[in-house]
Order: sequence, then structure tokens, then C-alpha cells
Amino acid sequence: MSTITAPPVAEAPPRNRRTIDKAVIRFAGDSGDGMQITGSQFTNTAALYGNDLATFPDFPAEIRAPAGTLPGVSGFQIHFASTDVWTPGDAVDVLVAMNPAALKMNIADLKKNGILIVNTDNFKEGDLRKAQMTANPLEDHSLDAYRLFAVELTKLTRAALQELGLDAKSMDRCKNFFALGMCYWLYNRPMDSTYRWLEDKFSKKPLLVEANKRAMRAGYSYCEATEAFFESYEIPPAKLTPGLYRNISGNTALALGFVAASQQAAVPVFLGSYPITPASDILHEMSMYKDFGVMTFQAEDEIAAVTSAIGASYAGALGITTTSGPGMALKTEALGLAVAVELPLVVCDIQRGGPSTGLPTKTEQADLLQALYGRNSEAPIPVLAAATPGDCFWLALEASRIAIKYMVPVIALSDGYLANGAEPWRIPSSADLPKFPVSFAKNPDGFMPYKRDAETLARPWAIPGTAGLEHRIGGIEKQDVTGNINYEPLNHEKMVRLRAAKVKAIAQEIPDVVPAGDPEGDLVIVGWGSTFGPITAAVNAQRAKGRRIGHVHLRYLNPLAHNLGTVLSRYKQVLVAEMNMGQLLMVLRAKYLVDAIGLNKIQGKPFLQSEIEAKIQELIS
Amino acid sequence: MTTAGIPVLTKKDFQTDQEVRWCPGCGDYAILSAVQSVFAELGIPREKFVVVSGIGCSSRLPYYVNTFGFHTIHGRAPAIATGVKMTNPELDVWVATGDGDSLSIGGNHTIHMLRRNLGVKVLMFNNRIYGLTKGQYSPTSELGKKAKSTPFGSLDRPFNPISLAIGAEATFVARSVDVFQPHLRATLKKAAAHKGSAYIEILQNCNIFNDGAWTTLTEKEVRSEHVIELEHGKPLIFGKNRDKGIRRRGLELEIVQVGSGASEADVIVHDETVENPAYSFMISQMEQMPGFPTPIGTFRSVGLPRYEDIARQQVLDVIAKRGKGSLDKLLRAGDTWEVK
Repeated sequence: MSTITAPPVAEAPPRNRRTIDKAVIRFAGDSGDGMQITGSQFTNTAALYGNDLATFPDFPAEIRAPAGTLPGVSGFQIHFASTDVWTPGDAVDVLVAMNPAALKMNIADLKKNGILIVNTDNFKEGDLRKAQMTANPLEDHSLDAYRLFAVELTKLTRAALQELGLDAKSMDRCKNFFALGMCYWLYNRPMDSTYRWLEDKFSKKPLLVEANKRAMRAGYSYCEATEAFFESYEIPPAKLTPGLYRNISGNTALALGFVAASQQAAVPVFLGSYPITPASDILHEMSMYKDFGVMTFQAEDEIAAVTSAIGASYAGALGITTTSGPGMALKTEALGLAVAVELPLVVCDIQRGGPSTGLPTKTEQADLLQALYGRNSEAPIPVLAAATPGDCFWLALEASRIAIKYMVPVIALSDGYLANGAEPWRIPSSADLPKFPVSFAKNPDGFMPYKRDAETLARPWAIPGTAGLEHRIGGIEKQDVTGNINYEPLNHEKMVRLRAAKVKAIAQEIPDVVPAGDPEGDLVIVGWGSTFGPITAAVNAQRAKGRRIGHVHLRYLNPLAHNLGTVLSRYKQVLVAEMNMGQLLMVLRAKYLVDAIGLNKIQGKPFLQSEIEAKIQELIS
Repeated sequence: MTTAGIPVLTKKDFQTDQEVRWCPGCGDYAILSAVQSVFAELGIPREKFVVVSGIGCSSRLPYYVNTFGFHTIHGRAPAIATGVKMTNPELDVWVATGDGDSLSIGGNHTIHMLRRNLGVKVLMFNNRIYGLTKGQYSPTSELGKKAKSTPFGSLDRPFNPISLAIGAEATFVARSVDVFQPHLRATLKKAAAHKGSAYIEILQNCNIFNDGAWTTLTEKEVRSEHVIELEHGKPLIFGKNRDKGIRRRGLELEIVQVGSGASEADVIVHDETVENPAYSFMISQMEQMPGFPTPIGTFRSVGLPRYEDIARQQVLDVIAKRGKGSLDKLLRAGDTWEVK
């Protein structure tokens, strides 16, 4: 439980406190400057304060590029507000730049007259050279368009900590908390939750707890005492749906969703996984849940990860595997096996920039066609995608439910932006979650390995250890019902069609598509995955200007909702905004014979609201 | 019919109604027969057996054994078996694989399974060829092998499967031969009793694509000169007259005439329980030296916990320490706030 305490206030110059409805802060520094921690802490505090928010951590692929260089810049952006927040923000209100490289990489996104806080102690000649700058921007008037606050951050941090007896390096590591303290002052935020976090994280090193607390208070007091900071801001809590909230990232939500699925299905969960950015955190998280009986296995490679999960399902657990694009590619053959033996399996692809190694820490959504079709031969697999970080909880739960009910592998799509981005999440109560208890086959009488349920076309889940149900399954084509190896031409066609029909049957449970915005009109924007935020924001803004626009966001990519075609036909134009070269676009055009248009951004970054608005304006003049 | 809960099964109980599709004369028939007989003798209920296989002629075995069976994909049986055992450690899991399946595409999974000491018994049917795909050389084919893809002779030295398994520090490594039925059955039974990974190389003849690969070992006249049977606690003696012994000189092995010049006391007494893998590795290398016999039997048998047991135990330990998790508590972990 959090309590909001008023921070210490000494004699202070006259202050202006302005109430505004939103702000976007970007913390940028060297990889070693602790910008992710600073950003996460501010996020946590804002969430506890009651703001709606969205975050965008933007870090480099390398563990530690040379200090002060351009590739080493790590950033964290947070958009928080008293109104609905859909995106991390197109333009930045406050930029904290810890060195010239961070400034250079991020200044273009700072609004005119935005607040720019720089650490002058890191703007020496050597630092400028590393950022490939010839002139010092603090001196050449190139930053006149902004409200520049040049702060001797390192010096002031050391001054605040001098009594503690730490070496210079340790003191300097606290300067990110000085910057955090400054931002807390700017937005009138309490420091309690960060105090608690420090106490927990450095519980074995009380000196570091004290050092970081002092640095934070020093940053706060600095703004308080300095006339230059004459204005601070108040962003009141947002009117969120009543309930109990927590901050959540997509990967955490996914992990929690699988624990929930295990409980709701009353079946143990087995995660076979191999470390890969940006999915590794799911493995880390789930390996902590042993008190829920969760079995995690770091396999020797991606193929062992998925095949061990298949083996687990064969033996009666819910097999899960998590990966990113390159890992999905490796798992292809095994996915075909899962389709052929009709066992439950959930495969999570946390998409990132490709092809090949691509951009490991940057987001993209270009694995859709791989998910839909990336197997040899006809191997249809249901595909689901989350729209927000919190939605990943639903994704895990629903993918698990479908996998079990239809005895089928399911692909669950997320992406780097959702995985690492955070938002406030209304915590469900376990009593409100759907129950889908597993029933394993027990009765030998009339048992056949491929005898199908009339409604779902699922075969029975008959696990080893069950007397009387001994049977063999495998990847070779089999006779329907008996499961005996069978190469007959008509049987093969029958089985191919049955496996396709089973996936199609899932559509009977997919709710009808209901567009947000106008149910019919000039334009409908179709999206899937993490473009939900920017599309929503853009559509809201354009509708406020009188345009008639609908927004359809798909969470089921295969099969598609029954009424999707009908819905699309109610609009004059169909626009598909995707972070790929037009993959859903191709699927919709082929299936519905609709002349849909694409808006395609493949830059390793989410769409800006303005980019989508510009396209809308272009299409509806 | 059972006695005190232990099922009394026969070989017939383990036969399926599926028509066996191996070529007439294939060594796999003999292996199948041994497996079915041994399964019946183990006192394990039929439903507890799981036979997992990869791809190859070897991997057709599950269809002919009347237990739970899973015919998977090329090379991946050990990984599938890992998921099976970690989910239900009480199952008796056997992997049927071949020289290509286990040591070529499956090499990585093989060594990791062995290093983890997963409680599965691996039957690696080694016919030194790729039979199912009709005659390419395999990682155990001899150097210079002329086969479908190597008409001018293969260029790579073969793996020594026993040495490889010992290199991965497998806790039980053995070799037998398809046509040495009593020896094969005894080896299978021994493997069945082993706690942890048991890697058994079974020399198998593919009479269609590599006929005679093992005749120097199996032909009655020369067998005793070319094969040495490893028996724990017994000296390494072979030969028609049982007059040749293996003696160690430094890191090398030498053959000595027992009786003239050397007594039985000089000969190595086989110890399969030596912790240091160097001993069994040395024995496994013997066959590669000119004039030396090929060892069959158990090279190594040491005790270590099974991977699936320590994995399960870790989970139980956490539950014992923390209590069973509460989903609602987990969902509400960390900082939360109420919106009214």
C-alpha cells in the first residue's frame, strides 16, 4: 500500500505550480548511467500516483558499448497523464541528457520550448569527441529553442554524498538518482516508493541505499532552491475504471497469464525455453514460480526448447515455449510435429526487428506470415496477438485454453515494445477468470487415439501411465480415428482437411468484431499487436475533428472473426497500419478481396500518433 | 494376472498388431525381440513404458512395441524424452535411435541429455549407414566409406560412440550386438536397472545397404579373437584359448600372452564403477588400435542423481519453504493502488 507523503520543503523562492493533463519525459544516457532504472522508478511512482501511462524503453543491443559513444545511448520514455494514455508520446516535454551522445541522439524529439536537463560535467571535450561533435552545444546557441538547465550533476551528486566515504566511481553511479529527484520535483511526486525499492534492492548494502536516497533528495532540493526552476507541474490522477491496479510489462503479464492458465486448467505447466532477446525475461520470471509447481527448463537450444515442451504435453503437462523471430524459425519442424500429433502447445514469439539477427532490442511485427504459414506442407496453426502490455495476460490465458480445448499448438504473438513497455493494469481476481479444466482420457472401452470430438474435432488427451490406453503417435501421416500409419491418397487429403477444419472451428468462439469509433464511414483502420495505442490515439484525434473513422484491432489472426469481412465492407476505404511490409494487408486482401491500403513503418520503433493521423488526412481529404 | 501388485507379463503382451516393415534379414528384428522379452521381465506395468524415437529404421521400433510410443522428428528424441520425464518421472522411458539420428543431427541433444543424466535408456542401433534414406555414409562409417553421397570415399573420421558418451560423462555406457541375443538381453536388463542415462550402442547389421559391417566381430570362427567381453571384476582376457590379456603401460594398452611372459595378475581387472572417466575412455579406444579386440558389455556404470528427480525436488523444496503459491497474491505482488 502506498502513502503519499509531502517531501521536505525549506525556504524556497516563489513558485508557480501549474496543473496540466499530460507530460512526456525521456531519460537518456550512456548504457552505464542507469537510465532504465531511473525511468522505471519514475514510472512506478506515476502509476502509484494514479496516472495512466505508457512507457517505451529503448536500449542498445550490445551489453556495454564504449562509454559515451552514440551506439551506447540507452533511453527510457514515459508518457503519463490524467487522461487516457495510448502511446509513449510523439514528442518529448522533458529530456534528460546525461552526455553529448544522448543529447545528439534524442534532441530532435524534444518539443520547442521543452525542458532540457543536461549533465555539464559530462560535456567535456573528450565526451564531445566520442559523440562525434566538434562544437559544444551548450555554448554555441544551438539549444536556444529549448529551456536549457545545465546542471553540474556529477559534482553536485558527489557533494551530497561526500560524508559517506564512498569512492568517486560509486558516488557517480548515483547521479541518475539525482536526475530522478529533479524530475520528482518538477512533477510534484513523492519519493516513498523509490525509497522502498532502494531498501529492497540494496538490502545487503545499506550504504548504497543511503547514497542513492541522498542523491535523489539532493536533486529534488536543487530544483527547490534554484530560481531557474520557477515552475513545477501537477498532473492529477486519471479516471481509471475502479479497481486494484499495478504496473505491468508485457513479459510479466505473459508469465502471470501462464501461471493463471495452469490453475484454471488444473494442469501443470512446463516451459522449455532458450535465452533470446526480448523473450528471456519470461523464462526468468517463470523460473521463480516454483511454488506454483511451474517446471522451467533452459534447454540446450531452441529446438530442444520446443521439443521438450511437446514431450511435456505428451506426458500430460501444458507445454509452453517462448522465443523471438530467429527462434521461431528454428522451431518450424517441431511445430509441424505438434500439428501432426495434435497435442496442446503454446509458442510465444516476442517479435523483434529482423531479418536474421536484425535489431534484437528494437520492436517490429514482421513474423505474422511466419506464424500463419511458416511450416512445410499444410500445417495450420491458430495465431493470437496481444494489443497492450496488460493484454499479454489475456493472450497467455486464451492461447492455453485454445491449445487444450482443440488439442492444437497455438502461436501467441507479442513484440519487444509490449514486452518491455509498461502500463497500469487492473488486477483481475482469480475468481473472475474462466475455468477450463483438463479431462484426460481414462476409459479403454472404445478408445481410439484420433477419435474426434464432434464440436472441436479434438482428439483425446491420453497420457502415458493410463492403463489400457497404450498407443503410438508420430509425425507420419495416419489414418483418422485409429491413428495407424497410413499413406493412402484419400486418407491424406481427409486428414489435411480435418486439421484445417479444426483450426477453423475455433472461430465459433471468437467474438464478433466490433469496431471502435464509427461502425461505418469513410475509413477503417485495421491493426494487430502493439499498434493498438497509436492507432487508437490517432483515430480519437481525427474523429474529434469530425472524420468518420472506425478502428478494428484483431487479437485473433487465425482464424479470423466470422464477421470481419462484413465489417470491412461498411467503410469506403480500409487502411492496415503495421510494423512490417504489409503482412496482414496481404491476408485481408486475399481473403476478403478488398482493396486495402497499407501504412508500413519498419524502423524498429512504434508508430507515432502523428504518422497515422497524417495518413488518415491523406486518405480522407 | 498379478502377484502382490506386480504384473506378470509375457513377450506377447508387448507385441502390436502392426505389420513389421523392416527388410527381411534386418538386425532390427533381433533387437525388437530382445526388447519385447526384456520389457516383460522388468516387473513394470505396461502403461508405464514410453518408447520415444527419432527418424530412421531404428526409429520405427515404437510401432512394434505395445506400449505408449512417440515417433518424433530426426535427432530430437532425447529432447522430447526430457519433457516426458520431467513431467512424469515415474514413467520408464526408452529412446530408440540410430547412428545418424543420435550422432549426426541429434548429436547436440545426445550429449546434453547425457550430461544431465536424464533417466532414459537409449538404444542406439549402429549399422554404420543411413538405411532409411537408402545408403549415405553416417558419422560412424569408416573413413573412406564408399556410399551414395561419397562415391570416391568419405573424408571424415568416424565417431567412436562409446568414447563420445563417456566424453559427455554418461553414467552408464554399454555396447552389445544384435545377434548376440543373450548378451543383448542381459545388457538391456542391466540398463533398465540403472538410475540415470543409459547409452547402449547396439551393433546392428543392415543387410541391404551395408551388409557385413560387423562380420569380423560376429562370425563364429573369429569372434573370440575380435571381441572382448567386459565383465565387472573380471580380468580383460580374450582369444579362442582365453590366453590374451590387456595390460596397461602408462597411458597405453598392450596385449600380453597370459602364461608366457605375463601372468593374469598383470592383466587389467575391469571396473565399470571407476569415477574417473579416463579409465573407461581408454578401454573404449582399444578397438581403434591394430590387433586389439572390440569390447562389448558395460564400459561405465556410476551413480548420480537423475535429472528429473532433482528438478522435481527443487520445486518441492521451494514449496516446502514458501508454501503453495496463491495466484491472487502473485497477481497483486509489488506496489499496487486502489482506484475508487
